[in-house]
Amino acid sequence: MNVLDVRRVKDRVDRIPRRFLPVIATFLVFVLTFGTGSVRYEGFASPQVMTNLFVDNAFLIVLAVGMTFVILTGGIDLSVGAVAALSTMIAAATLEAGWPPLAAALAVLASGTALGLLMGLVIHFFDVQPFIVTLAGMFLARGLCFLISVESVSITDPVFRELATGTISLGEGVTLTYSVLIALAVVLVAVYVLHLTRFGRTVYAVGGSESSARLMGLPTGRVRVGVYAVSGFCSALGGLLFSLYMLSGYGLHGVGMELDVIAAVVIGGTLLSGGVGYVAGSVAGVLVLGTVQTIISFEGTLSSWWTKIVIGVLLLVFIIFQRMMMRRPG
Amino acid sequence: MTRHPLFWPVAALVGLIVLNAVVNPSFLEVRIQNGALYGGVVDILRNGAPTLLIAVGMTLVIATRGIDLSVGAVAAIAGAIACSWIAAGGDAPTAMLLALAVCVLLGLWNGFLVSVVGIQPIIATLVLMTAGRGGAMLVTEGQIITVDDPVYRQIGAGFVVLPIAILISLGVLLAVAALTRGTALGMLVESVGTNPRASRLAGVRSRRIVWTVYVFAGLCAGVAGLMISSNVNAADANNAGLWIEMDAILAVVIGGTSLAGGRYSLTGTLVGALVIQTLTTTVYSIGVPPDAILVFKAVVVIAVCLLQSPRTSELFRPRRRAEPADTRAQEVAAP
Amino acid sequence: MTDSPAPPTDPVVDIRGITVDFPGVRALSGVDFQLFPGEVHALMGENGAGKSTLIKALTGVHRPTAGEIRLHGERVEFTAPVQAQNAGISTVYQEVNLCPNLSVAENILLGREPRRLGAIDTRACRARAARLLERIGLSIDPGSGLDSHPIAVQQLVAIARALAVDARVLVLDEPTSSLDTDEVAELFRIVRQLRDEGVAILFVSHFLEQVYEIADRMTVLRNGALVGEYLPSRTDRLELVSVMLGRELGVLEEVERRSEDRAPGTEPVLTAHGLGRSGSIAPFDLEIHAGEVVGLAGLLGSGRTEMARLLFGADRADTGTLSVGGRTVRPRGPRSMIARGVALCSEDRKAEGLIADLTVRDNLILALQAARGWMRPVSRRAADALVAEYIDKLDIRPADPGAVMSTLSGGNQQKVLLARWLVTQPDLLILDEPTRGIDVGAKAQIQKVVADLAADGMAVLFISAELEEVVRVSDRVVVLRDRHKTAELTGDAISVDDVMGAIAAHDGQGTAVAS
Repeated sequence: MNVLDVRRVKDRVDRIPRRFLPVIATFLVFVLTFGTGSVRYEGFASPQVMTNLFVDNAFLIVLAVGMTFVILTGGIDLSVGAVAALSTMIAAATLEAGWPPLAAALAVLASGTALGLLMGLVIHFFDVQPFIVTLAGMFLARGLCFLISVESVSITDPVFRELATGTISLGEGVTLTYSVLIALAVVLVAVYVLHLTRFGRTVYAVGGSESSARLMGLPTGRVRVGVYAVSGFCSALGGLLFSLYMLSGYGLHGVGMELDVIAAVVIGGTLLSGGVGYVAGSVAGVLVLGTVQTIISFEGTLSSWWTKIVIGVLLLVFIIFQRMMMRRPG
Repeated sequence: MTRHPLFWPVAALVGLIVLNAVVNPSFLEVRIQNGALYGGVVDILRNGAPTLLIAVGMTLVIATRGIDLSVGAVAAIAGAIACSWIAAGGDAPTAMLLALAVCVLLGLWNGFLVSVVGIQPIIATLVLMTAGRGGAMLVTEGQIITVDDPVYRQIGAGFVVLPIAILISLGVLLAVAALTRGTALGMLVESVGTNPRASRLAGVRSRRIVWTVYVFAGLCAGVAGLMISSNVNAADANNAGLWIEMDAILAVVIGGTSLAGGRYSLTGTLVGALVIQTLTTTVYSIGVPPDAILVFKAVVVIAVCLLQSPRTSELFRPRRRAEPADTRAQEVAAP
Repeated sequence: MTDSPAPPTDPVVDIRGITVDFPGVRALSGVDFQLFPGEVHALMGENGAGKSTLIKALTGVHRPTAGEIRLHGERVEFTAPVQAQNAGISTVYQEVNLCPNLSVAENILLGREPRRLGAIDTRACRARAARLLERIGLSIDPGSGLDSHPIAVQQLVAIARALAVDARVLVLDEPTSSLDTDEVAELFRIVRQLRDEGVAILFVSHFLEQVYEIADRMTVLRNGALVGEYLPSRTDRLELVSVMLGRELGVLEEVERRSEDRAPGTEPVLTAHGLGRSGSIAPFDLEIHAGEVVGLAGLLGSGRTEMARLLFGADRADTGTLSVGGRTVRPRGPRSMIARGVALCSEDRKAEGLIADLTVRDNLILALQAARGWMRPVSRRAADALVAEYIDKLDIRPADPGAVMSTLSGGNQQKVLLARWLVTQPDLLILDEPTRGIDVGAKAQIQKVVADLAADGMAVLFISAELEEVVRVSDRVVVLRDRHKTAELTGDAISVDDVMGAIAAHDGQGTAVAS
């Protein structure tokens, strides 16, 4: 490559808006980790391993989408893991009580959204920090699980079992589950809402500068409450997918899942101070986490706790990367 | 009297104790056995000791407008290191010193990220919260390491009339109170937490102070981790100190220290930690599934936050101007 | 008093007898104001004059207690900024109120994006934003991020946004304070163009040159009341400055001047040579000697506070050198300057001075304690003795060392902050607006304290917007204009008229007198 080419490449890199850089970095990290896996392990670079990343992390993708909305406004939602667990519990309990599957699913989605809405209202109207309110939400949701049942409740409903085990063939023996389709649909809807509706634009505006957004006459209060409702809905839906994945409801499902979700969103390039980030980045963040997990299981000798350490290190690297980006504004 | 900031927390504590005494008449009894005290109240003190200790460290962190989410993971690491050392044939004092030294390093790390790199405290400590448990499992190699060391057993389960654990926690609380109120440290911490800009302009070394409180919080978490693992003679990297950071934050908030930083109350933190532990005991004794304790905690968090929220007081206060008359006169005279 | 004939059209905005009250303060009382289409109308006044209150009443942020606002002859009552915007009144603030994380086009159309089938029509958005940018002659990519442009361009984008609602009234609230000369010229080109298109423009600025360059009429407010309306062509700068500052001749006290008894050749306490910081204050020279009070005069925004912060190490200088007591220092923050005996009492009492939740005692000993380090606490007895001393000396009320700072009145808070620095016994005390917002009695007390301190050998840099005060307490007055040091007046040369003349001089030289 001669000097001119280098310069041309540099020009092109310079022309990429800075707000895309973190997302691009995430995709690079994903390609790198996946590439490392492919080189090191036989059978890693197969289409089925790739699709399994989605199959095993469908619920995480949905949760990360909801979290992205919240973090984009500069907030945080610690309750997502607990609300997901509560959703598995409500689903299992209502199905056990003989509810039709659709009604059970609707009950789950309605209760998750209501919980999110409630937290948003408290945050907005009482001006309490999101951290504390969603921490209370987390306690509440986990506690409610155990009020329903202390034991794990298995799901025997035929429709749920069919949805859970049913696969869609992509040819050549590669299969997907319905959960993946739902997760991808959620991602598409989220992209639409964030980028093609006024609600989405206001989400970004609130995260960029809430006082400016208010002076511009945007409905900031509605958006601040709304994102927690969105996150509650996504947590409930993610919980439903998780109940398909586990085929049980249990109060200890998804302990610490909120950390994975926050990590995925941050690794996906969303700034925790709000205003910058993309749903696609969060999906990439989930895939990075999934790849790390897959590599560790392929390695065999490495134990599962390495996942947490690697996630922590990735989180740190991305936070410092973001910090450096913020220090030299254009 | 209801104006006193500790009125509601103390009322809650008294209410819970009365409730326990009604449900279980032997609750308030204290027996003397082998020169040590036993009974429901003593149990609360013993079980609440780790939370209280961590809450003391957390109080100072919160007073500087910070928060430390990693204390639970740090506690797990401390237990893991100490037990591994003992299980490998080492002696207990060295094991504990080693564990605490690592916790100080972890505190230094958190403090570095917050005060030097300038990352938001929630996020900076989230890194260690996530990676820390993995680190603890790395130390224990994923096993629950059981130990049987009479010296190590003392810190969590030993008695010198009262449980040693609560003596340590109360000792640290008193030492911190003496140190921060006896020197100027407390005032400088509050000054940095209330108005960081003004403090910098007044020449306060804010960076050093912020850094120090994270180191102290790490140390407290380490000692608490030793208590937890000593109490069960084992290091469980997955579950030791799980959610203890939330309990500690809760204790601090119930005790009247605002998450916005500034004035702090160690007495309040003591009351807050006792409220939480008594609440836990109460839930056990009235026969609710123990895990459902979380619902009660959630209710307490929300109630405390809403009581503290300025918006709430606006809603309930009769509408009138709060300014004293002389202030108004002087402000009007201003051009 | 009004000497400007109204243009022969009906006013767009007609404000009659408007009064705005805040708890305990009347911020605006009975002000009349008219804004006509196709004019640039400057609103002038010093701090606390009521400019921003008037703008906020017009744009629906504050609700007036009395009076009425008519827009195109119709009476309006706005309860939120968005209502004023929808009625065609757009505001561009000093701090760019846009979202830096969004693109230029997104910012321009935020909240009023063209939609098709419920979804935002991105192509239409871009086209519309491009048209608006073209209208103000700004050739930037609508898709580029707002934060990739300098503040000046962001300011223009804010104007484009204002035009997106087809604004008939454009309020520019100190839009030029962070722009350089070329950028101001670009802004003014657009302002003139919009004026010629018939937009009514309300322009707030504290830069006299700019006002004279762009304004068709000027309204001066002082202490919340209307002083008058003036035409730039018929009002010279000196007259304008004197009405803004409200110097009433005849009530001026005899200025006491201490004779200069400084021995020649003594080492200055502080010397600045070519000290400056880009975007903040142009390089300046300054010497301050022991026992002397140097006044710093200039209009709001002329760089007074910036100079003080540079000398105190609160901001880092780009150029020049600073020496204290004859030794060159490179300040690494306030702490290093405090150690060398420099103290700064900030103008922003609330944000940079008081620790609101702590007691008077703690606030008073804070700087001393910070200098000693936490391990050597000022004992309670010593602290109480100090507090008692200064409560007595400065007449701080309530005379209770345990009172929480936030419960004190402004004047008493200011006295505590002054005492905070006095207990550190500095060689140089910089007082930035120490008497702003406090009552007359406290003001006189603080002035007397300053004179006593200087008599005891302390060097004082005294900053105030009130010229009488500066002249009364100072041995020497440094004059700033538009972020440049323009003059230094010494000895008998100082009179309020001289200072005012130096502020208003528009040849950029002033009447410099070497010291």
